[in-house]
Amino acid sequence: MGSIIFLVLLVVLVAWVIGAYNGLISLKNQTLNAFKQIDVQLKRRHDLIPNLVNAVKGAMDFERSTLEAVIQARNQAVKVNATGPEGIKQISKAENALSSSLQRLMVVVEQYPQLKATGNIGQLQEELTSTENKVAFARQLYNDTATQYNTKQQQFPTTLVTGLAKAQPADLWEIEDQAEKAVPQVDLSMKPKV
Amino acid sequence: MSDDASLNLFQQQEANRRRTVLLVIGFVAFFAWLGFGGDYIYYLSTRDAPVTAYHHVFPWFGIALSVVALLTAWYAYATGPEKVLWSTGAREVVDPTDPLEKQLVNVVEEMAIAAGVPRPRIWIVDDPDPNAFATGTDPLHSHIAVTRGLVELCSRDELQAVVGHELGHVKNLDVRLMTMLAALVGAVALMHDGVSRILRGGINLGGGGGEGSRGGGKKGGAGPLLLILLVVWIVSWILAPIITQLLALAVSRKREYLADAMSAQFTRNPLSLASALQKIEGADAPTTAIKRGAAHLCIADPLGRRLTAHEGLFADALATHPPMAKRIAILRGMGYAQIKKEGGSVG
Repeated sequence: MGSIIFLVLLVVLVAWVIGAYNGLISLKNQTLNAFKQIDVQLKRRHDLIPNLVNAVKGAMDFERSTLEAVIQARNQAVKVNATGPEGIKQISKAENALSSSLQRLMVVVEQYPQLKATGNIGQLQEELTSTENKVAFARQLYNDTATQYNTKQQQFPTTLVTGLAKAQPADLWEIEDQAEKAVPQVDLSMKPKV
Repeated sequence: MSDDASLNLFQQQEANRRRTVLLVIGFVAFFAWLGFGGDYIYYLSTRDAPVTAYHHVFPWFGIALSVVALLTAWYAYATGPEKVLWSTGAREVVDPTDPLEKQLVNVVEEMAIAAGVPRPRIWIVDDPDPNAFATGTDPLHSHIAVTRGLVELCSRDELQAVVGHELGHVKNLDVRLMTMLAALVGAVALMHDGVSRILRGGINLGGGGGEGSRGGGKKGGAGPLLLILLVVWIVSWILAPIITQLLALAVSRKREYLADAMSAQFTRNPLSLASALQKIEGADAPTTAIKRGAAHLCIADPLGRRLTAHEGLFADALATHPPMAKRIAILRGMGYAQIKKEGGSVG
């Protein structure tokens, strides 16, 4: 009788370990996959920027410094050869700089209605908005997935099998740039002041 | 928060898989009942016939109808999304030249990234009333359709929120259940029409026969049982389309709240969905391109029924969609809570 109870407990324990282990591995792969998504979107952005700058260069001769800042930030971002979630700090720093330089460019484009009126710029603006959104949403998905993965690792009792699954906390993609953090300034939502 | 959400998502997916299987089983069982019930009634009524007359002993109807139901279910699963899209006259957006359509493609791509699902195929219904729906069998084979009116009326953010709502339906597998239901509702309606016609002819024939050669006395032995069976059986036939319609209604209402919440999770901007819903609600005209059969798939009731505006027992039983005002109120609540939280963390 005693041995049967022992056997049942053992089976339950093994089943739990397998379940927890597989859960962690699945989350780990999801996190990796979410990171690859960011990578794909960043590549797209890097490819788009030269086209964009070429298209507005003629019309925006007077905003040379803004354009140069974009080009420079882009080249910096391309140069970063860190890969995988481990290099996330390095990548995010360069990419965040690129994001804020692009945002400045968009603001400038907004300020010149005659620039916006040409169809080309309108399309490019849409492409740029979309690219920025794609990067942001890929980042959001990665951060959500990584948070879930990290939480699972720390929670008891799953934390007991983290060593077995070789699970390590994944770094989140932080927005460090103060300028980017402070972007929403226009507030028409009539929210109560807090 | 995300842990909770993912758990709910997983449960929701499981529930939708299970419900789709139950739906198919129920569908086939119902047709089996119609078939075998008919066989039994026929058997009882020919049991006492003379030896030379026809005796119905082998359940041909039951087997035939069950096979037809199985084939229909399989066909519905395989072609349901196409049929739904076809019924609304949607056209696929492949290589858009129009700036608004290009924007739609971009927005769908963005939301697919946020939801972590493959990009669905994109369709436009040329109807001036704003509305949207999703169909498909799983995230790998999914379609999003929006009306031209929606693309024209909504801002980029609002469009994003609506697409997020539809991708919510895709991600939690609502589309599988709802498309299957739409296809089966269509199939039942079609078969019902066809068989009713045959049946009506049959009853007329039978009535004529009874008056002539065979009297009531011969069937007397099986009388009450036969009568009850016959009544139940005929009632089932009459109720079939109504039952499937009610199923379609019951299945879709709770889901809208959940998809709204998923949209808010993807866009992090519940207020834009609230304002999109308000615009959709404001355009009062019914979406003429979308017929009754696909109504439960849409983000807002395309038939413009007044019921949707109310809450209560009657509306709960008959409306395909929850009251718009309540959905908007919930989203606003989320939005203000979010603003408050962000404001608090900065300050």
